[in-house]
Amino acid sequence: MRIPIETFRLGNGLLVTLSEDHTAPIVAVNLWYHVGSANERPGRTGFAHLFEHMLFQGSEHVGANEHFELVQRAGGTLNGSTWLDRTNYFETVPSNQLAIALWLEADRMGALLPAMTQQKLDTQRDVVSNERRWSVDNQPYGTWWEKLPALTYPDPHPFHHSLIGSFEDLNAASLDDIAHFFATYYTPDNAVLTIAGDFDPREARELVQSYFAAIPRGKGKPALPDMSLPTTFGGTLREVVKDDVSLPRLYLAFRSPAFGSSEYYAASIAGAILGMRKGSRLQRALVREREVATDAAAFTFDLPKGADILVVDVTARPGITPAHLEAEVTREIDRMRSDGVTQSEVDRAISLIGTDFVVSMQQASERADQLSRFATYFGDPSFINDQMNRYRSVTVEDVDRFAATRLGEDNRAFLMYVPRDDSENAESRDTVGTDAALVTA
Amino acid sequence: MTTAIRPQPGPARDYHFPSFERRLLSNGLTLLVAPAHNLPVVTLLAIVDAGAVAEPSGQEGVAHLAALALNEGTPKYDGEALTEYLERLGTSVGGSAGWDSASLAMTVLRDNLENAFVHFAEILVTPTFPVAAIERLKGERIAELMQIESEPRELADEKFDEYIYDVTSRFRLPLGGSRQSVSNLTRDDVAEFHASRYQPSATTLIVVGDVDVAEVERMVSGELDGWNGSIVLSSKANDKPVRTSRAVRIVRKEDAPQSEVRIGHVGVPRTHPDYFSITVMNAVLGGLFSSRINLNLREAHGYTYGASSSFDWRREAGPFVIGTAVASDVTVPAIQETLKEIDRMRAEPIGESELSLATSYLEGVFPIRYETTAAIAAALATLVIYDLPSDWYDCYRAHMGAVTVKDVLAAARAYVHPDSLQIVIVGDAGAIREPLEALAFGPVDVVNP
Repeated sequence: MRIPIETFRLGNGLLVTLSEDHTAPIVAVNLWYHVGSANERPGRTGFAHLFEHMLFQGSEHVGANEHFELVQRAGGTLNGSTWLDRTNYFETVPSNQLAIALWLEADRMGALLPAMTQQKLDTQRDVVSNERRWSVDNQPYGTWWEKLPALTYPDPHPFHHSLIGSFEDLNAASLDDIAHFFATYYTPDNAVLTIAGDFDPREARELVQSYFAAIPRGKGKPALPDMSLPTTFGGTLREVVKDDVSLPRLYLAFRSPAFGSSEYYAASIAGAILGMRKGSRLQRALVREREVATDAAAFTFDLPKGADILVVDVTARPGITPAHLEAEVTREIDRMRSDGVTQSEVDRAISLIGTDFVVSMQQASERADQLSRFATYFGDPSFINDQMNRYRSVTVEDVDRFAATRLGEDNRAFLMYVPRDDSENAESRDTVGTDAALVTA
Repeated sequence: MTTAIRPQPGPARDYHFPSFERRLLSNGLTLLVAPAHNLPVVTLLAIVDAGAVAEPSGQEGVAHLAALALNEGTPKYDGEALTEYLERLGTSVGGSAGWDSASLAMTVLRDNLENAFVHFAEILVTPTFPVAAIERLKGERIAELMQIESEPRELADEKFDEYIYDVTSRFRLPLGGSRQSVSNLTRDDVAEFHASRYQPSATTLIVVGDVDVAEVERMVSGELDGWNGSIVLSSKANDKPVRTSRAVRIVRKEDAPQSEVRIGHVGVPRTHPDYFSITVMNAVLGGLFSSRINLNLREAHGYTYGASSSFDWRREAGPFVIGTAVASDVTVPAIQETLKEIDRMRAEPIGESELSLATSYLEGVFPIRYETTAAIAAALATLVIYDLPSDWYDCYRAHMGAVTVKDVLAAARAYVHPDSLQIVIVGDAGAIREPLEALAFGPVDVVNP
């Protein structure tokens, strides 16, 4: 399977990718801005995400809440999301509605600020505060996705701080910040536009040209600090969180090679051998055979800058203490290092990843998002067509080498959640290890 | 500025739901095949009349457990060997149960279809249900119930169902069973449920993707010809509400920063003749991002990250529910705004522009919903489970487009009942109890999770 790809760049720097497929009469429009929480200034955490909300509040020719309304009225679906190092916006619409999707994206890229008001900012600040309560504070284990980066990326590394931000920082955001952030990052030379699905390439080029070409190039964005890190943490990191949860859960992270690097694919396969589906090592050993966990998974964050993390996520069965859970997970990690993996395990991982990849490519929105992703990170969307070959070329030796260099005691970060009112469990963590602990109440 | 003029849409291109063929095998098994050749992918979905509604009383959760345990072993291979074999083929087979049916699903690359199907068939027809696996899965379900106690969203959904249905209704208890009912289940209960319900005549096998009909028929007959069994009777759930006057229940979650709110009552069955007008009415009320409730609570007031309403479609009446999560201190105003929107929906006709937004969305989004083999298979399963006509999807857009402002008003008046609304809140009882009592909506009680 090869995804058809055509690429061009407008004079203002906007990189455009077209990928035709006439299976269904729909078209996906996908825009990645190369800005995420990593680009935030100190004291302004959560700003990239708050700004993402503001981008749905209208622009010069689009009223408040009209963006959603116009796309839905066109029979389309849409949303946006913010991640550590990028923000994306996407619509899938019936083919005959391509123009409206492009027009909406262009109007906000070219003319957002005339529509911004203090009232809109205040409302979205409330919405985002509620999003934080909903997904982080009032959700068991909900703080894991800010605590784990905080534990595994040293302060002030750009991935260290919270993506959704604190209430304090959200409250400090001003309209001036909005204007500044917009002028700095939401510029055509910091964006990638992908159109995938049922469209006429000549018409699409003309639409892109007429809506986007006049938007001026940006003045350049501040360079990110050097994001490279040593290959390991240099020790075992540890944090225990007493939380309103019913069962202990361990997130064990390893610093791992950046997404897209040659070593990344071995790391990804090691993750699949450990924790992808029922036949993975952690599922077989911990969930099925020894019955110490109710669930186990492993995955990478897929960060292409500096260093990525490989995360193992395991929840205890009732009655299993955090110490026991940690010992069992550690045992499997040590076993992978001492005994290595088998060809059959590598084959299984490649086979599962390959099926998932082809299955995901059935959706125009997914094709568009992946093309934008490779174009944003590596300047070349056609890397998508190399991905499976890169997985297939991973050998047993590559995975063993990854395990030897990256899964040792000098590269483990344990983030353990324990039930708040379970004093026995909370105390048992003291028996877990003797490394410097950072404990949060 | 080149975006000063709004573009107009071009002419719509034709869309047809994938055509499919139906075959009845000699043993009573129905086969639905929808060829789709754009990518080398095939989805198999077996739909069995073995949902939670069919459970014997006292065995709540057995349908879910049986479906989950299908792939834990067959006479030829144990669960581990099955998993290993299928995952090396790049796939896995998973069972699950809904209220009205159970299903077994697999998506696989074309080249591995025949090899994987051999095991798919074994897993469906001859599971051995080893005692150890059943006990482990029971333990996992009980752990899941423990987890839900500290997870406000799922807890609110579960408690809402429990609060609105008649004391003898199966719908009161969670789909996967309660702690007590699951603890009591035995391996033999599971095996018996499978033996009585998983019959070829109660099963439809849906195959969607890079296949042709004759090839699928050959493959399926080859593996499933020997599967025989008697016809089973379908079951019917009691969908009566427990009360018809308004009432409030707070499920205690101390110091919760947010209240998870559910407002609604028992809804209508999936096969209701007013399905389309109810769907459009719900889209305007709370089904879309641009719905009245979401625009009010989220965009006008900033009370919430999101608010929505839905009819949970089942063969018998599932819940109609409005759900949101709001900060504790605005719980009462958020409820008041929601009640206002309900009243407004019933008091006056919606605007033509609101109607066209909802209908053009529901018509237009149709091809986007059915891009994948798995989504097409799920759509065909809906036809099977609710016994809908074969041309349902071909006619869908015309039916949706025919709904009028009058139909929407009639649907709101007929199927949304302000006087019997029930409210369930998972939240900080200490902070919200008094203001809720002051609202005088109905009696307020407070319970533990």
